[in-house]
Amino acid sequence: MFRKLTLIILSILLLSFNANAASDGELVLKENKPKEIKDCFEKLNRATFKFNQGLDKAIIKPIAKGYRNLPDPIQRGTSNAVKNLSSLITIPNNVLQGDVKTAIINTARLAVNTTVGLLGTIDVANKMGFPKYEKEDYGQTLGAWGFGPGCYLVLPVLGPSTIRDTAGSFANVLGGDPWYNASIHGNNEYLNQNVYITSRALSGIDFRANNIESFENLEKNSIDFYASIRSLYIQDRQNKIKNNQRGNIEVLYKDEEDWEEIDSQ
Amino acid sequence: MKLTKILILLILLNLNNTYVFSIEPDVFVQSTVNRASDVLSKNISRDDKINELKKIAKDTVDIKGVGFYSLGTIRNTINEQQKKQYFDLFENYFLKSFSSRLSEYTNPKIEVQGKKVINKNYTIVNSILIATSERPEVKIDWRVYTKNPENPLIRDLIIEGLSLARTQKEEFASILNSNDGNIEVLFKTLENFSKN
Repeated sequence: MFRKLTLIILSILLLSFNANAASDGELVLKENKPKEIKDCFEKLNRATFKFNQGLDKAIIKPIAKGYRNLPDPIQRGTSNAVKNLSSLITIPNNVLQGDVKTAIINTARLAVNTTVGLLGTIDVANKMGFPKYEKEDYGQTLGAWGFGPGCYLVLPVLGPSTIRDTAGSFANVLGGDPWYNASIHGNNEYLNQNVYITSRALSGIDFRANNIESFENLEKNSIDFYASIRSLYIQDRQNKIKNNQRGNIEVLYKDEEDWEEIDSQ
Repeated sequence: MKLTKILILLILLNLNNTYVFSIEPDVFVQSTVNRASDVLSKNISRDDKINELKKIAKDTVDIKGVGFYSLGTIRNTINEQQKKQYFDLFENYFLKSFSSRLSEYTNPKIEVQGKKVINKNYTIVNSILIATSERPEVKIDWRVYTKNPENPLIRDLIIEGLSLARTQKEEFASILNSNDGNIEVLFKTLENFSKN
C-alpha cells in the first residue's frame, strides 16, 4: 500500500513538474507541440546516457548478440510472446484514446495468439490476416489527450523518455498493466515478480538484438550520438502519438517552412 | 507562310524541351536506388564502393540544400566566407556519412510504390526496402526537390517516419547550443569527422 502511494505521489509530482519545467506557462501541458521539447537536464541526461552506453557495451549488447545466435524459432517465439504481452497495455490505451474498434481487434488477436498461438509464441492472428499490430502505451494516451511531453529525460537502464512518458509508465504499475498485476499481485503459483522481470528483460533484449547494426551504424556516423538518439526518440514518439501512417500529410509537411525557405537551384 | 512554319517549329521545340527532359520523381528515385544497388552488389572493395556511392550522392542529392537546412536559423547570420567554409566541410562530412551508412548494406532491394506531390517544389516518393531473413521490411520516403523538374534532387530520407535531415539538423543544433552558438566548433567537429 505504501509502495503504491509513493508511486501515485511520484506520478503526480512528475505530471505537475511537466506543467512547470517545459512549458513557460500552460501551453505545453495543453498542446502537444513537438518543437517545444526541451532538454532541461541535459548535463544529467548526458551523464546517464554515458552510463547506459557503458552498461550496454558491458552487458546488454553481448547478451543481445548471444540472443541473435539462438535458433530462429526461439527468437521469433520470444519476440511474438513479448509482443503479445504488450497488447495487455495496448488494449486499455486503445479504449482510452477512443479507438474501440482497434481495442476489439487487439482483444481478438490476444485471445487467438494466447490460445491457438501457444501463449503468444506464434503470431496466428497475423497469419489469419489481422491488421498490423501497433503498440500503444499510457504516455501515448497522455499525448493523445493533449498533454505536452515536458522535458526530455534519459532514464538509467531504460533509456530515452520524457516527463510525460515516464509518468505514463507509472500507470503500468498503478494497475494499468494486467500482466504486472497478475505477476506481482496475482495469487497464483505460476506467476511471480521474477516472471514479470524476466518478461520485461526479454522484451528489452529482443529490441536490442533487432537493432544491433542500426545502432552501430548510427553511432559511427553521428557527430553527437546523444543528440541523434534524442531526435529519433522524439520523432518516433510524435509519430506514435499522432498514429501517423506513411504518407500522412502531417509527416510530409513537418518543418515545411524551413524547407521552403531554402533555395539551392 | 514560312514565318508561320518557323513559329510552329519553335513552339514544338519549346514543348519538347519542357516535357521530354523533365524527370518524374518516382522514376528518378527508382533509378537512383538501382544505381546504388548495383554498386553495393558489385564484387569490389569497400573503399571502391564508398567512392562510387559518393559519386551517386553528388549527382542525386541536393547537398547544398541539405547543408543549409541542417544549419538551422544560424544560416541567416553567418557571413559569406563562413558559408563557403561550411559547405566545403559539410559536403565532405555528408558524403562520408552517407556512403558509410549505405555501404553496410549488401544488395538492398528498394521498390518504389508511389508518390505524392506536395507543391511545385516537393514530391514525396514512397518506397520499401524489401525484407530479408535478417530484417523486416523498412518503409522509406524520399523528399525530392523538384523546383527544376529536369534535375530533381533528394533532400531527405524519412525512414519509418524518422527524418534523417531533421536528425542531422538537431545534432548540429545540439553542438551549437552546447558551445554558445560558436560555429567554429561545428566546423571543427565536421572536419574531425571527415578526417577520421
